[in-house]
This record gives sequence, C-alpha cells and structure tokens, in this order.
Amino acid sequence: MILKPSIEDLKNLGYYLSKVIIGLSLTMVLPVVFAITRMEFNPALDFIIAMEIGLISGFFLKKLCLTEKDLNWMQGMIVVSISWLLAMVLGAIPLYLSGHWGSFLDACFDAMSGFSTTGLTLVKDLDHLSYAHNLWRHLIMFIGGQGIVIIALSLFIKGFAGALKMYVGEARDERILPNVISTARFIWLVSIVYLALGTLTLGVIGILNGMSVFNAFFHGACIFMAAFDTGGFSPQSQNILYYHSLAYEVVTIVIMLLGTINFTLHYNLWSGNRRQILKDIEIRTFFITVFITFVIVAFGLLKSKAYPGAISIFRKGFYQLISGHTGTGYMTIYAPQFIQDWGFFSLFGLICAMALGGGVCSTTGGIKMLRIGIIFKALKQDLKRIILPERAVVFEKFYHIKEIFLQDSQVRSAFIITLSYILLYGIGAIIGMFFGYPFLESLFESTSASANVGLSCGITAIGMPTALKITYILQMWAGRLEFMSVFTLIGFAVAAIKGK
Amino acid sequence: MIKAFNVKCLMFSAILLYTLHFTHYTSFAQQVSSTELINNTRLYDGKTVVYAGEVIGDVMVRGKNLWVNLSDNKNAIGIWADISFAKEISYKGSYKYKGDWFEITGIFHRACSEHNGDLDIHALTWRKIRQGGIVQEKPDIEKKNRALILLGVLCLVLILRPYRRL
Repeated sequence: MILKPSIEDLKNLGYYLSKVIIGLSLTMVLPVVFAITRMEFNPALDFIIAMEIGLISGFFLKKLCLTEKDLNWMQGMIVVSISWLLAMVLGAIPLYLSGHWGSFLDACFDAMSGFSTTGLTLVKDLDHLSYAHNLWRHLIMFIGGQGIVIIALSLFIKGFAGALKMYVGEARDERILPNVISTARFIWLVSIVYLALGTLTLGVIGILNGMSVFNAFFHGACIFMAAFDTGGFSPQSQNILYYHSLAYEVVTIVIMLLGTINFTLHYNLWSGNRRQILKDIEIRTFFITVFITFVIVAFGLLKSKAYPGAISIFRKGFYQLISGHTGTGYMTIYAPQFIQDWGFFSLFGLICAMALGGGVCSTTGGIKMLRIGIIFKALKQDLKRIILPERAVVFEKFYHIKEIFLQDSQVRSAFIITLSYILLYGIGAIIGMFFGYPFLESLFESTSASANVGLSCGITAIGMPTALKITYILQMWAGRLEFMSVFTLIGFAVAAIKGK
Repeated sequence: MIKAFNVKCLMFSAILLYTLHFTHYTSFAQQVSSTELINNTRLYDGKTVVYAGEVIGDVMVRGKNLWVNLSDNKNAIGIWADISFAKEISYKGSYKYKGDWFEITGIFHRACSEHNGDLDIHALTWRKIRQGGIVQEKPDIEKKNRALILLGVLCLVLILRPYRRL
C-alpha cells in the first residue's frame, strides 16, 4: 500500500526548501553590488526584484512550515530535486527582466543550463548584455557546480543530520571529510582558491592578448567559473573563439581538467598524496577514454579534410574533445561547423566523449569515469571466470581513494545509472527527430543537454520548438541530479495522487 | 587581315580568361551575412568577401596586426587586420556602447592555416559605415516601483509571526 504524504511531511519539505530559497536569494547581493559599482542601475533593479521575490517566498514558506524535525532520506532527495527547479525559476527572474531573453521559458532554459553547468543558451544579443547579468550567468554555474544545496549546507544552515541526505541527493555520495558540512566547506575552499589563481592567470593572458585590464579580469573570472565548474557559458557570443588565443585555450583546458577531477582527489592533491591520483581508477579510465575518443575524432577530421594541418586538427579537435569529455562545452568553432566540417566519425567520437563525462563528486555530468571503470572491471572479472578453472577464486579490485574489492552491488548500481543515461540520451534524440531534426544532430544535442555539456551543433536556438526547450530543461535537470532524486520526486508525486 | 583577326581573338580570349579568373576569386562583391558565411564555409573558403558588422568587445592588438570581432546582430566573426585599423575605431559595442559599424573587404577562411584552423576574415580594406555611440541608460520607473512594493511586502512577511498550531 502506498502511503499518502502527511501534512507533517509537506511541512518538513517546505521548511528546508525555504532555507535553500533564502540562501540562493542572498547570493544575488553580489550582482546587485557589482551592478551598482558599474553604474548599471536597471540591471541592479532586476536583481533587487528577484532577490525580494525569493526572500518573500522563502521567509513566508519558512514561517508557514516551521518545524524542528529532521529530514528522512526520501525527504532529503525530494528537497534537492525541487530545490533545483525553484532555483531555475528564481535564477531566471533577473535574466528575463533584462530583456535579453525572448520569454520566461527561455530565461528558465538558461538558468537551468547555468545551474546544471550545461552551457546551452538562448540569450539574445549577448555582446550587449550588462556586466551584472553576465556575472550572474557565470555565478549560477559556480553555484550549481558546487551544488545549490551545498551552498545552503556550508553557508546558511548550521549542522543538522539531514545534511547528508541532501548532499547525497545532489549526486555527491563521497564524503571527503568525516562531516558533510566540513566536506561542503572544503569544496568551497578548493573552488575559491582555484578561482583566485585561475582569474589571475586568465586576466594576465587577457592583458597580454590586448584586452583592457577590467575586461581581462572580468572575463578571466567568468571564464574560470564556467570552466572549473564545467559549465561553458562565456561573456561573448563567440565563446572562446572571441579571444583568438592559444594561451587562453591551453589554460582553459587545464581548468576544465581540474574541474573534472573528483573533489576527493583534489583533497589528496592538496594534502600531498599525489601518487594516489595516478593510481585512481577514474583518472586512468579518463586518460584511456580521452585517448580513444581523440583518435576517433582526429581520424574523422583527417577523413573530412576539415583542417589544413596536424596542428589545426589537434588544436580544434582536442579542444572540442576535452571540452565535451569534461562536460564543459567551450567552443572554438561555430555550431554549424560540427555538421558541415566535422563529419560522422568526429561527431561520433565527440558524442561518445560527451556521454562518458568526468569524475564522480566533481562538477561534470554524464555517466562518469568511475562507473565506466567499474563496468570494465566487471567485464574483466567475468572473462576471467570463463577462462580460469571453475575452482579458481576470481576477484577483481580497483583503486578509488582506497583499495576496493569489486562487488556485485557496485556493478549493478553502475549499470543502472549508465542505462538511465543512455535512455535519457536516446529519448531526447527521438524527441528531436520528432521535430524534424536529423538523427545525428538530435543525438548530439540530446547527449549534450543530458550530460550537462553545452556543445551545440545548432539545434539549440531561440526559434526551436517549445516542447524541445522543455525536454532539454528536464534532461539537464535529471542528468545533473543523476536520476535518484528525480525518481524519488516522481515516486512522491505518485504517492500524493494514489496514496491512501 | 587574318593576322589582325588572330591578334583580336587572342586579346579577347586573354580578357575573357582574366575576367573569369578575377570573378572566381572575387565573386562575392556584395555584402555577405555572417549566417551565410558560417553556413556555407566551403563555398566561401579562400574567396574575397564583403562583410559588415559592429565592433564588439575588445580590439586585441597582436604585433603589427590586430583582432577585432564584428557582429552583424546574428553572429560575430573575427577580423584579422593591420594595426592601422585601430585608429578608426571610436566605439566598441558593449552594454553601455553601440560599437562602430565597419564594412570589411577581405579573404574568408573556413579554417585559417595562419591561425590554426580559426574561421576568420583577413581584412584587405575597411570603411566605417556607421558611427557608434554611448547608450544612455534611462531609469526604469516601473522596475523601481515594483522593487519598492516588494520591499514593503518583504517587511510585512518578516514581521509576521510564525504559524503555530493551537
């Protein structure tokens, strides 16, 4: 028998949702202050209005649902999945008020794309967007990359037992430090230290490239936030091509790679355990998949004669590949060039790279390296069982943070999530084809949205069908949360309707 | 008589060949949009094209040349030009400025060998077709009023007592 959620359950959800809403609204103080210092008064009003709407809703909900109860597992998951939808709506308000988005749905699309660190965009005339709105676009990537709930956990909520449930709900099942709050704070510390270093490096390169000092550092900060959080937004419409700079491309590759590494490995890196990083199954799998997919991409580019020489093939092919594999979505080519110039093999290699993703407990999307590694270990184990005598004890182990013996439960979990992602990629592709787009293009865009990548072959545009915009929003949301929270929310909705 | 005819024929053929050759390389004397260029890269590759757009963002000087990005309101394309171009740019497009519009005649590259595969235009000549300027930000009274009303509502919500079951 399915039990209908009680009023107490709803109050509990409402109370913790209110905290997330309040926390998120307060982050808008940053663009407000920035807008005022840049004398951008109308954009400042956009953020003040959005912040007020957020605070009114948050405080009202908090007072209405005041409770001292802690969250259970199901409630933690539901709070997370609803938080992301509410964040999308709240984050879209200042974007929509700017007048640079055609409809509120378009603004929601970009807000979800930002929070989920995807990078697909429907903005109009980006090159004339205010600095404050541009800061917000990149800030939501930074917030979303760390996890919206992590913000609430680390900054606005004092320790509570339900923290772990919300942390896990955001597809973060590894605790770097014994306490979830300390883990959340460590993630922020890592990100802020890298932010300072990345902004400085990109800023200096920008100045050497001929940019004004302010623009160099502003772009540096924005590009860092979007690259480290494997987002892919950029302050200019040409994306990374705007800079016409090899140095910029090299540094963004390094930042994207740092963003794709598991935060636990960052912890090892910081605490001097560098050897562990090279032993880790995720890093090893990542190197292998990058190599294989790059060979496919390079072969395709050679075959289609897309670029004049080996250096161009490497510069364009490798950049797009790393951008896709890490789930960032930075581009140094125009979207239609994927279809016109790249050819089937290159696109196939890139789609595979996008689908695979980066490290677990990082800011990337996609299936993720740990799961791919586990599936291959399981395959190896099964092959051994077939080859070796029946009496032989066959076991497989792998190194991830520590030495781990492969268990069936790990393999099953890896397979379920992998299958869910493949289904999500496929469903999006079928919906794209339903609207008349060719198969390869539909699959490319669907994979990009579901794996939170942001590379586009041109389907994502202001004029695309509304139903496809909604499909991609849902794909970005489900892909970012890695399904469990979404499945729990669906279960909760069913219980609310059919339960007794 | 026959000799003179042959010379005329030869001259005519030479002119025809030259014209054909010339039109092959500069067959796009009319302005081409960014969308047309980006969607037909192989058609325009290596050809001389005329492209017009607004200067957006930074003008990035690199030695004796510079990069400037021109947007025709659909897409922006990188223009590689002589450094002397910089002197003619008064306004660069951003939130507070409308950039100058320039018409560029230059060679379009689908994948420029000089710039490691970038899609760009190497400018041969340029002329300013529209002067940019400062965009005056008018205070939005409606937004201001909305913000004030919402502030009032927020204060009301803050002073509300938490809901307690009796």
